[in-house]
Amino acid sequence: MKKSTKTRLTKILIEIGLLVGLIYALFPVIWMISCAFKTNTEVFTVPQRIIPRNPTADAFTSVLTDSAKLRYFLNSYVVALVTTAITLFVAILAGYALSRYDFKGKKPLNAFIIITQAVPPITLLIPYFGMLVLFGLYDSYWAMIVTYLVFTLPYATIMITGYINTLPKDLDEAVAIDGGSTWCVLWRVLVPISKPGLVATAIYTFLQCWNEYLFALCLTKSGEMRTVPIGIQLLMGQITYSWNEMMAMSILGSIPIIILFVFAQNYFIAGLSAGAIKS
Amino acid sequence: MTVYLAPQSVKYKRMSLDIRVKPRKERKDMNRKKITPYLYLSPIIIVFCILLVYPIYQVISFSVKDNVIVNPTPHFVGLANFSKIISSGEFWKSLKNSLEFSVVSLIFHMILGIAFALMLNSSLLNSRFRGIVRALYIVPWTFTVSIVAILWRLMLNNSGIINTILGLSIDWFGNRALAAKTVIFVNIWCSYPFYMISILAALQGISPVYYEAASIDGANSIQRFFKITIPHLRPVMISLMLLDFIWSMQQLSLTYITTGGGPIGSSETIGTYTYNLAFKNYQFSMASASAVIMMLLCLVIAIFYVRRQSRLD
Repeated sequence: MKKSTKTRLTKILIEIGLLVGLIYALFPVIWMISCAFKTNTEVFTVPQRIIPRNPTADAFTSVLTDSAKLRYFLNSYVVALVTTAITLFVAILAGYALSRYDFKGKKPLNAFIIITQAVPPITLLIPYFGMLVLFGLYDSYWAMIVTYLVFTLPYATIMITGYINTLPKDLDEAVAIDGGSTWCVLWRVLVPISKPGLVATAIYTFLQCWNEYLFALCLTKSGEMRTVPIGIQLLMGQITYSWNEMMAMSILGSIPIIILFVFAQNYFIAGLSAGAIKS
Repeated sequence: MTVYLAPQSVKYKRMSLDIRVKPRKERKDMNRKKITPYLYLSPIIIVFCILLVYPIYQVISFSVKDNVIVNPTPHFVGLANFSKIISSGEFWKSLKNSLEFSVVSLIFHMILGIAFALMLNSSLLNSRFRGIVRALYIVPWTFTVSIVAILWRLMLNNSGIINTILGLSIDWFGNRALAAKTVIFVNIWCSYPFYMISILAALQGISPVYYEAASIDGANSIQRFFKITIPHLRPVMISLMLLDFIWSMQQLSLTYITTGGGPIGSSETIGTYTYNLAFKNYQFSMASASAVIMMLLCLVIAIFYVRRQSRLD
């Protein structure tokens, strides 16, 4: 009897704790949504309310009817999708070699892949800037796609290597005995059964690209090449801040991530936690 | 047992016999097997050479010349850029800010990460509820840095909601005494979920057997926490702290969008300091020297991280 009261008390305490945490985590998000549905004059009108007085979707319409802003979304999709595809292809090849072969230089290469994640982006940005100008790639999709590989590839390779490591080697050998090449083993056998690992990797890579800010800021300059994170910040540069539009655009800019998050939550979380734990 | 072992050893003998019979084909296969991994690795090696090895070589060579990129014929100046940076007060101030930023963020990431993960891991909650709450807790981490920055600029505005709730009228990002601390606060908010999820995954990896055994031995929940949970979490926590420190030392986007390093340099980090040298003042050599210093700082910590990770493998 005494024990069950104690358990119930602990449960209530945990629930209160989680609720406080939820307010901390979500209040800003709720406020973002709330302000996106207000008129710009209402944003700072006292008393401030969570439920807008006259909810309006004007901010969304004005973002969605502005071709310059829609262009930011197109750019973000192109860059994130192409980078994700290239990253997966290169990382699958590398992951296969790292998982299935012993070769000279394997250990240093592994260490190198981990250590590259520690090189500050700003350190690379200075030479990238010069290199891209030299090759005429500055202010183009390729400027972003190519440079994003530097931070997507190490993580993707670590994740895919880890995933292939969990698959039994008997599979490869069975195909090899039937006369299949290693290429065949990789694409016909390992890739199809690695789907969960690859989806998690793809989601994480897409998220990294979609949210990237610094390279996109410095390696592009024209309005036609800007991505969503830069576009949102550019709204702030105008003389009068249209806060409701900025919030609406923030919500629209987060939609792809939210969709991935809602429909592939477990993959998402697997990708998120893979790095520090088993890399 | 022996019955099952016998056929295998026979097969093994036959295989080794085969090698002696066909040495040439076997040797050719072995050579091919030696080259194959390098073929698969060639794309990633090429990418790393172009995007890491060469640029790092270049940034180091920029750092020992007078103004590059802007000046078409730069001269070698030795370590002059480094001594200029090291003797500048701004550099030390931004380094101090970065250290403060990293240490405070790290402490709060760990505290929030452990607290939330422990609550979410509690067996008293039903699993559906737990799943929903866990998902909601990750939301702040999914926003890009410019969204985070602008959202908090709205909320922390003079007449924003936070001031309304607190009954104050403070310009949090524009106040010399508060700007740096406010950026740290925002950074904690937007990145704690990463640590929470990693710690939660580690918690779920602890076998319940330990807790059962401890309960039988009469250990209370506090003893169980310090004698079982903490020791099991330690390896993951150390890895996370090293990663967090490396990432926070490099941080510049959040500061750049919220305060721009101001007011009067009070929230400048080593990242924004380097960025401003390069992309505002076009002093690419000075910026390179500062970027090299930053990289060395991060690599020293990264070496500890790599050694840990390879030991864990």
